Amino acid sequence: MNKKIAKILTLTATIALFFLYIYPFILVVINSFKDRASVIRDPMSLPDSLDFSNFFAAYTTMDFTTAVINSIMVTTISIVLIIFFASMLAYFLQRWDWKINKTIFTVLVLSMIIPFQVVMLPFVVIYGSVFGVLDSLPTLIFAYLGFGVAQSTFLYHGFIKSIPRELEEAAAIDGAGRIRTFFQVVFPILKPITSTIAILNVLWIWNDFLLPSIVITSASNRTIPLSTFAFFGRFTADFGVAMAGLLLAIIPIIAFYLVLQKHIIKGISDGAIK
Amino acid sequence: MYNQKKLPDKILIFVLFAAVPIFAFVAIVIAPFLLGLYMSFTDIGTVINFEFIGFSNWERAFASSRFWNSFGVTVRFVAAVVILGNVFGFLLALLVTSGIKFQNLFRAGFFTPNLIGGIILGYIWQFLFLRMLPYFGNVVGIPFLQSSWLADPVRAFWALVVVSVWQSSGYMMIIYIAGLASINKSLLEAASLDGAGYFRQLLSIKMPLMIPAFTICLFLTLRNSFMIYDLNLALTNGGPFMSTEMVTLAIFNEAFANRNFGVAQVQALILFVVIATVTLTQVGFFKKREVEE
Repeated sequence: MNKKIAKILTLTATIALFFLYIYPFILVVINSFKDRASVIRDPMSLPDSLDFSNFFAAYTTMDFTTAVINSIMVTTISIVLIIFFASMLAYFLQRWDWKINKTIFTVLVLSMIIPFQVVMLPFVVIYGSVFGVLDSLPTLIFAYLGFGVAQSTFLYHGFIKSIPRELEEAAAIDGAGRIRTFFQVVFPILKPITSTIAILNVLWIWNDFLLPSIVITSASNRTIPLSTFAFFGRFTADFGVAMAGLLLAIIPIIAFYLVLQKHIIKGISDGAIK
Repeated sequence: MYNQKKLPDKILIFVLFAAVPIFAFVAIVIAPFLLGLYMSFTDIGTVINFEFIGFSNWERAFASSRFWNSFGVTVRFVAAVVILGNVFGFLLALLVTSGIKFQNLFRAGFFTPNLIGGIILGYIWQFLFLRMLPYFGNVVGIPFLQSSWLADPVRAFWALVVVSVWQSSGYMMIIYIAGLASINKSLLEAASLDGAGYFRQLLSIKMPLMIPAFTICLFLTLRNSFMIYDLNLALTNGGPFMSTEMVTLAIFNEAFANRNFGVAQVQALILFVVIATVTLTQVGFFKKREVEE
């Protein structure tokens, strides 16, 4: 009997907490359909009708199409590059026991606790004042490769350690070159950790604000966080439109989550534990 | 296969596998890091010149009361978020692994805030603190909700803590769930046969065996809350009256509003030394206490 009561109590507490945790999102949804006056009058009530005009207003002001295309481009290309180069680097550092490789690996690992602020100003000096290549998406992508390579190499390195060398040696005897051996024999085995790395990097790059806010200046290069930032300040008086904009901004990543939920949760826990 | 003796062979291997990522890493992380050390001793401001001026930036950085105020706010913030974020994260993990129904749905819901960046989360909660909570406070008659939290220095600080805990606890929950799942069930059954109740098992078996999960979660919450920027900018922008300006925001303003690159660079280096010392000490301390089954 006691066990049953405990179970009901646990379930009730969890439902209450669950509601509290997602309530901010519910609030965004219901207010995105309201006009200015009804948001002020009662921010907690349901909207009277499903009026989409706030979304149209937000969509145009944010230039949402451009922002989504930029975000998708920057995120995908950066992640493909990170996966391609970090897996090869990790393989190299793991399999060839040159003296310098230990040093390279240690520097990579230690670099993970450098706060962005430490490299932010020199970054602006080098890429802005000296080379003048800021306000470009390729520069942003290259920066993500540079900042992302350490963590991904670290995760690949741990995984490759557990793969026996026999497979590669067999491939080499069959006459496969080094690059082919890596891509045809080793890379497919890395699939589980590759998906973990892809997920961790999607969540980072898609949502990142500070780096793009320093690299990008023109409106046509904005990613979603940047266009949200530029948009929101102008709409604090009209919260209905502001909420519609926020909802638009979170729809893509929520859709991504709904499709890949299991992989994402697994990726987070695998990535943290390794 | 992995022991080329000749130099050209070695160079070929390096170029094939390592040259590009190492170049990107050096260009984006190492070179700016080293230049940053140098910059802290130069007169770099609105114009780019690298005149060596000794320790004057360091003196100004250490003398800046704005910086040390922001440091104090950050330390209090880190303490609150590390404690509450992990308490809630652990609690959520216990709840969703207790065998209740819909646990996958709950897990997914608690994790959701982590999908979204600090800027958007900050704006969502700005609306909550400006509009919804005062409204709710007036309807229900709760005095401390009736005026906006963001207008009051103390409550604005706690607003930042609430949002950070709300976000980080879902992430920590995932790691604690993995920690709980890794515990050998037979140990718990044996303890149960010996008459150990729920809390006894939790304190004497589960928690000691989960030290690796605590190591990671404390590390992540420490590092992330020291580095908080987006949420700070979007929710309070340091206000009211700079009472909630954290170190990262102070550094940004010193650099781009006051145009003092050199001083801001020194402050960033101080932040780095503090984060490195705190996290490395914490990880070392916990690694020593990890136990085998």
